[in-house]
Amino acid sequence: MKLKSLATLALTGTLAAGPALADLVIPDLSYRTGPYAAGGTPFSDGYQDYFNLLNARDGGIGGEPIRIIECETAYNTEKGVECYEATKGEGALIYQPLSTGITYQIIPKAIVDEIPIHTMGYGRTSAANGEVFNWVFNYPANYWDAASVMVNYLLEENGGSLEGKKIALLYHNSAYGKEPIRTLEELSAMHGFELSQLAVDHPGQEQKSQWLQIRRERPDYVLMWGWGVMNQVAVQEAANIGFPMENFIGNWWAGAEHDVTPAGAGADGYKSLNMNRVGDLPVFEEIKTLVHDAGNAAGDGSNVGNVLYTRGLYAAMLAAEAIALAQENTGKADIAASDVRDAMEMLEITAARMEELGMPNIGPEFSVTCQDHGGTGLGIVQQWNAADAQWVALTDYIAPDDSVTDPLVAEDSAAFAAENNITPGCL
Amino acid sequence: MSADFFYGIEVVINGLMAGVLYALVALGFVLIFKASGIFNYAQGVMALFAALTLVGVMEGQVPFSHLINAIFGTEIHHFGWHVPALLAIFLTLLVMVFFAWCVQKFVFRHLVGQEPIILFMATIGLAYFLEGVGDLMWGSDIKTIALGLPQGGSLWLEQATSGLGGDDFYGFFIDKLDIVATLVAAVLVISLIVFAQYTKQGRAMRAVADDHQAALSVGISLNFIWVLVWSLAGLVALVAGVMWGAKSGVQFSLSLIALKALPVLMLGGFTSIPGAIVGGLIIGVGEKLFEFLIGAPFLGGATENWFAYMLALVFLVFRPQGLFGERIIERV
Repeated sequence: MKLKSLATLALTGTLAAGPALADLVIPDLSYRTGPYAAGGTPFSDGYQDYFNLLNARDGGIGGEPIRIIECETAYNTEKGVECYEATKGEGALIYQPLSTGITYQIIPKAIVDEIPIHTMGYGRTSAANGEVFNWVFNYPANYWDAASVMVNYLLEENGGSLEGKKIALLYHNSAYGKEPIRTLEELSAMHGFELSQLAVDHPGQEQKSQWLQIRRERPDYVLMWGWGVMNQVAVQEAANIGFPMENFIGNWWAGAEHDVTPAGAGADGYKSLNMNRVGDLPVFEEIKTLVHDAGNAAGDGSNVGNVLYTRGLYAAMLAAEAIALAQENTGKADIAASDVRDAMEMLEITAARMEELGMPNIGPEFSVTCQDHGGTGLGIVQQWNAADAQWVALTDYIAPDDSVTDPLVAEDSAAFAAENNITPGCL
Repeated sequence: MSADFFYGIEVVINGLMAGVLYALVALGFVLIFKASGIFNYAQGVMALFAALTLVGVMEGQVPFSHLINAIFGTEIHHFGWHVPALLAIFLTLLVMVFFAWCVQKFVFRHLVGQEPIILFMATIGLAYFLEGVGDLMWGSDIKTIALGLPQGGSLWLEQATSGLGGDDFYGFFIDKLDIVATLVAAVLVISLIVFAQYTKQGRAMRAVADDHQAALSVGISLNFIWVLVWSLAGLVALVAGVMWGAKSGVQFSLSLIALKALPVLMLGGFTSIPGAIVGGLIIGVGEKLFEFLIGAPFLGGATENWFAYMLALVFLVFRPQGLFGERIIERV
């Protein structure tokens, strides 16, 4: 796996020296090393395996081969920006930065370079306003949607009222972790629940103070915005103090297999959001036959079907669909990044199409417009079954409360437009 | 007495337990610095590497399997056996001794007489190298330590003390893993002290720590002592890696536990084993109490990281060598 990454980097260097090839170039800003590798590796495996499948099965997209350029960021913002700069000249069609920090840094660059960024369920939430963020897309859902979906789920669980309930937000003390606070404060005022906030400093290895506070205050629910080691420690600490795990809900970056397995049986019942369904998909069989058995797997194959692998696959599918639409719109196979951006604004993902692609119900149905780059914001709630070591979907896709999130998106994006002298409008 | 009073005591007890875990990491730094004057930046990565190796050996994982598979097109991952815990710990220690030997043979032997900053830089290189080797050998996925260490609060203590502070007090919470870590740390420190005081190698180690030239002049092999010291630091790293890894799973962020040791070293001094222990306890209690009394109620929480360093800085201003460090007196 590591050798493959090194070989890819070496190949990248070689190719950079030669003339640009007429391929569909897709950079993969991955992180297979460092403290967050456990999350970055399966996503990247899924992302690459899908493009490798298209190459093996269809000769690429529209007959044009796909060239993946993997660049290791180690989830480090500076390295991520270096990767962006190093790969954009290759004819990159779309970026999936897989880091909120990297996303914030490359948004201004991508606007100038005219390359679309897709930040699926992360990044700058107000990028959902397509009239301000012409080159940034965060469909099918964003952080504020996630906060609202969590509260809507709890409303459903509590007969439509959270009046007088105590909800604690345990969050990574970073820009990422603070994202849901504003939304939850609005929802707290609207639904009458008491919101307490508990920050956990990076990296989150030591959370004794926060969990002793939770033990003292006995909130009805704990919501978590965590990433990396913070997730594993939080689940373990919750089990240690005997907090009811069914009342502990993480966001979709705190709901992978590796977040719960270290706590063993103690993690049983822990819940998290997900923007994509998990489970066996017909496309996995094709990947095994045409990619893995042919020796073209991005990883060692052990991640196939897990939460983050499936999310990477889903992200790749959304990128591939946009590229195919761009080819259809322009009538040519060899397209430019701006063609992909235009297509992303017209993207429509239907149940029938997902079924046709061998990924039935992998995500919600949604369509993108110039005004709305954020999709429907739907999410499911899943629960960890420790005995079977698998996530079980508890709900169908739950909608966020747009009446709360839309004004926040409008406000934040207007501030960005004012700061950057952007006149909102469609391209 | 009010529930808050008892919760304050609970915070102090848990702070002491956390301090023991910080001290475990700091001990490795002290051992190497005392004997060789090297500030070992790689100590946190050594804890990670030792824990990775222990889990890999126990699970019968083939080292470098990803590399082997990529080169030869094979699909090997495991030998198919499970190694008993004690044997795995012994084998891991052998690996750490081998690592210590390599460090001495290939790095520090060639840097004798260099400035401390050069030696420090060498340990930075060593840290990144070891992290990469750990990744190549055992992979980057999160692993579970199956040593059967207890987890969760002590229910007995919780129930026995639940009536102390009225209805709002739910009894003292103490994590059983922290109790085990405290006992293990106590055994480790006593063993190190006994080793240093009552064995030939221990006395030689202390002699080298006092004066390299004088130790050389009486026939003590500096190379041997440094390998010995790095091996002991490897043992401490293994213990720290296991205790921290039991909380979060063995993963690459384990290397960041070194950050928790720095304020302990600043406070306790770089050359004192008791200093590392007392420093750890002060930092542990200080940061937890500050978070409980001021951080969480008034400052929005997450004060522990910076408060630990601030506390250490205050000590540093009044006692630069740390609480137990040796006073540096230079006569003209």
